[in-house]
Amino acid sequence: MAKNYIKSSPEIKKMSPKKETISFLLNYSKALSVINYKRMKFETLLN
Amino acid sequence: MKQILQDSVLVSNYIKGDECALGKLIERHKQRIYSFIYSKVLDRDITEDIFQDTFIKVIKTLKKGNYNEEGKFLPWVMRISHNLVIDHFRKNNRMPKYDNNGDFNIFSVLSDTDLNAENRIIKTQVETDVRRLVDELPNDQKEVLLMRMYQDLSFKEISEKTGVSINTALGRMRYALINLRKVIDKHNIVLTN
Repeated sequence: MAKNYIKSSPEIKKMSPKKETISFLLNYSKALSVINYKRMKFETLLN
Repeated sequence: MKQILQDSVLVSNYIKGDECALGKLIERHKQRIYSFIYSKVLDRDITEDIFQDTFIKVIKTLKKGNYNEEGKFLPWVMRISHNLVIDHFRKNNRMPKYDNNGDFNIFSVLSDTDLNAENRIIKTQVETDVRRLVDELPNDQKEVLLMRMYQDLSFKEISEKTGVSINTALGRMRYALINLRKVIDKHNIVLTN
């Protein structure tokens, strides 16, 4: 009888991004500001 | 339901300027989004890149005020990451990348067959020497040698062109080579690259 391997790898379930990636995103968010001028939107990164 | 409401509250707080709300949203959903990306690309570094790009897109959209799917934050982020995964595969199909960390090394089959500068100079010198040696040969021998070696004619064709028998052409070729060897030995000329 054929064996079906339907169990997914536990490695995939427990994965999460590096701390550096999250820290980068939070810093990026803090640095990014969007300025509205008339109908236009300008992105500025203040680092 | 509570979870969805909380997401929407966090999103609206973030739009109003609460930076901590983004941290909470990432913390809450990072594992699911990251695992989803990894299940498609099966590479930690690429997953990290796509995860980062996903949230950069999220941040830009929220800050620009273009987000209008309140209450559906996670499916929206998942869709962004899904699109970025597709972009990644499209890009890789156009420009397949070979990494060199496996058993197969691409440079073992892609070698540079061009001569280096030193070997090029030696080759030119050898060719010049051979040309001068051939010029020294008697005309009948030189003629046969040039036709055989440089014009790639058969001895039958050479005999027809020069009006001699095949045996004579063969003999002239033989003497041409003997004479060349003699001169090379006499003057200690090295003709190797």
